[in-house]
Amino acid sequence: MDSSSGEPMLPDARRAWLDAQQAGWGDPARLHRPGRLAAQALDQAREVVAAAVGARPDEVIFTASGPHSNYAAIAGLALGRRRVGSQVVTTAIDHSSVLAAAGAAGSHAVVKVDHEGHADLDEWTAAVGIAGTAAACIQVANHEVGTLQPFSDAAEICQRADVPLVLDATAALGRIDLAGVGGWSALTGWAGAFGGPASVGILVIKKSARWRAPYLTDDYQQGRWPGVPDVPAIYAAAVALDRWQQAGRAIGEHQHELIDQLRVGIVQRVPDVDVVGDPVRRVPHLLTFSALYVDGEALTLELDKGGFAVASGSACSASSEHPSHVLAAMGALTHGNVRLGLTWTTTASEIDRFLNVLPPIVAGIRATVGAS
Amino acid sequence: MKCPQPIIEVAHRIGEVSVGAIVELLADDPAAGPDLAAWCRMRKQTLIASDPPRFLVRRES
Repeated sequence: MDSSSGEPMLPDARRAWLDAQQAGWGDPARLHRPGRLAAQALDQAREVVAAAVGARPDEVIFTASGPHSNYAAIAGLALGRRRVGSQVVTTAIDHSSVLAAAGAAGSHAVVKVDHEGHADLDEWTAAVGIAGTAAACIQVANHEVGTLQPFSDAAEICQRADVPLVLDATAALGRIDLAGVGGWSALTGWAGAFGGPASVGILVIKKSARWRAPYLTDDYQQGRWPGVPDVPAIYAAAVALDRWQQAGRAIGEHQHELIDQLRVGIVQRVPDVDVVGDPVRRVPHLLTFSALYVDGEALTLELDKGGFAVASGSACSASSEHPSHVLAAMGALTHGNVRLGLTWTTTASEIDRFLNVLPPIVAGIRATVGAS
Repeated sequence: MKCPQPIIEVAHRIGEVSVGAIVELLADDPAAGPDLAAWCRMRKQTLIASDPPRFLVRRES
């Protein structure tokens, strides 16, 4: 149930990838038959993404990852708008790639969030209204805690201030209906987040956006992302997204319920635990919680022994030397942190088992440090 | 000290001082600031100064 590393490939996506490899598709820019087949598949993939986000197929670009898309979107709008200024506005809990891109663009205005992670719309309005603001970026939902941002309001505010908005849809694409959202200039995502290949990033740039590629380009993807597209991987990504579009509603509702059970169950069975994020207005599949006095690495290792693969936002976990900037910005406890991401196939009995396995693990770790 | 050790230390020390007294924490762990603030919220104590690596907590209860 590790959300940060992405959802395991959906079986349909894996099959599509294998079929595409065997079909012998070529370079979609070439005129020979393998090339034309690949071009067709690429067109179909663009149509699936375009329909999911309410854009035109020729506005859809496939990149190498989510962070690549975030960087391209932000740096590209900053470049296109450099005569206006170089300030980029984000929230305090946007993805680290967004924060990094904003910092690199010029000046970075960070809008605070409340204890559940909602961006402060008054501060957003003020920041976006400052002269010299090149672009803004907000996520549809937070990738660690799942809280839905007031992204429609943020988009409206940006439109009124005439500031282009990047919508980071990574945690929400396929799970929240984004077709009718509008008001954004660029939208980003990552196939790995919804059971497509981890090597495919999604970048949608409105034709009307003043965007210029902040990197060297060639003739591929209309001069917006260089290199021969990996069509089998892109095709598999589209198949995964299409599965969510066709059958995801029921899965999402089930996941939402399971996360509700976890939120309640964890608080009931484990003392001194911070269960973070908006309990209701959130994506269906994510949960993060932190246990007081517990070492994050020990917790993830013990849960692994118990059969659960989870991620952690703690500084005291193997993946990072720094605590999660998301948790810190929300005033949440960062040590002893567990991040869960339910998958397409997570069952109620797995959730029950998790709730049974967790309390003695936490109690055991606390006992070893003499913490009550 | 790696996280969560600094917070565990503060939790032990706070019980040794009287209500209204102040405990000083020196910690260069990057999680110390945010976690001390969270611990104060969860334990109803007051973080009166946060100037990494130096923090001051007042016992309220």
